[in-house]
Amino acid sequence: MSIVLYIAVMAGVTYLVRAIPFAFFSKKIKSRFFRSFLYYIPYAVLSAMTIPAIFYSTGSIITAVIGTVAALVLSYFGLPLIVVALAASAAAYIAGLIIK
Amino acid sequence: MAKDFTRGMAHGIPIALGYLSVSFGFGIKAVQAGLTTLTATIISALNLTSAGQAAGVDIIAAGGTLIEMALVQLTINIRYSLMAISLSQKLDNKFTLPHRIAASYGITDEIFAVCSAQKEPVTPAYMYGMILIAFAGWVSGTALGSAAGELLPASISSAMGIVLYGMFLAIIVPPARKSVSVLAVVSAAAGISVLFRFVLTEVSSGFAVIISAIIAAAVGALLFPVKEDTE
Repeated sequence: MSIVLYIAVMAGVTYLVRAIPFAFFSKKIKSRFFRSFLYYIPYAVLSAMTIPAIFYSTGSIITAVIGTVAALVLSYFGLPLIVVALAASAAAYIAGLIIK
Repeated sequence: MAKDFTRGMAHGIPIALGYLSVSFGFGIKAVQAGLTTLTATIISALNLTSAGQAAGVDIIAAGGTLIEMALVQLTINIRYSLMAISLSQKLDNKFTLPHRIAASYGITDEIFAVCSAQKEPVTPAYMYGMILIAFAGWVSGTALGSAAGELLPASISSAMGIVLYGMFLAIIVPPARKSVSVLAVVSAAAGISVLFRFVLTEVSSGFAVIISAIIAAAVGALLFPVKEDTE
């Protein structure tokens, strides 16, 4: 099958999934339940995406756990996103060097 | 206007750096699956999403059907619909229909998360600035990854795998520290997600994230409804 068709379907579905609700949901939502739900959903999505996947993100559970702990400690103290993200990676990298 | 755009660009820099490393990996994977650098780069430019693209490349490599492609993309990316609805509640009045149609392209997990965390309403200029920088990181990382193959030593590229997750934690942890209800919701979502990973293993990872998040957020909304004036 033509790769162009694959890419068209892939990009088309991905775009519509974003665009339809974003374009047509302009009213303020009145339902307290639904507004609460929408308030919690980003945190819930990120949490479900991160755990347990983060422990498999470096190819070694030990280095991933060390990177995770670094990220948890630094984010607990409110450091900027990029500092936390790169420190997690650096911690995993250094742990990898030590283990080897 | 211009101030919002540059502020969006500044807030997009950590996202772009994270994307650079993830899309580098996607580029490597795409070339291994038999795609050219150009094709991989076009896929990244049109889709701007990690999990959906990785699954899409697998389907192309396996010669799957177009229906399968559509269903897999729908399943993995349906979370963007929830994010789009959530984000629609905090848009500035400048966000007219054409702006919504244009900016919706850039609703990713990270852009959504950073926009949601803003105190003030989100303007089109702010979102465009952020999307532009994130797009640059995502597309250039894909091009570099697929062109350069595995030039980076494995010790560095594998350690880079944790970058985006580290960023997710940096978004979740501060509010969870301040609010018991957010802490309960993120703990529940993580717990259900672990259950899917180890017990209900037949559920695909895209579905697992959606179900975990919906259950946790719905229970949170029932037990700890937000105050009327909280947005």
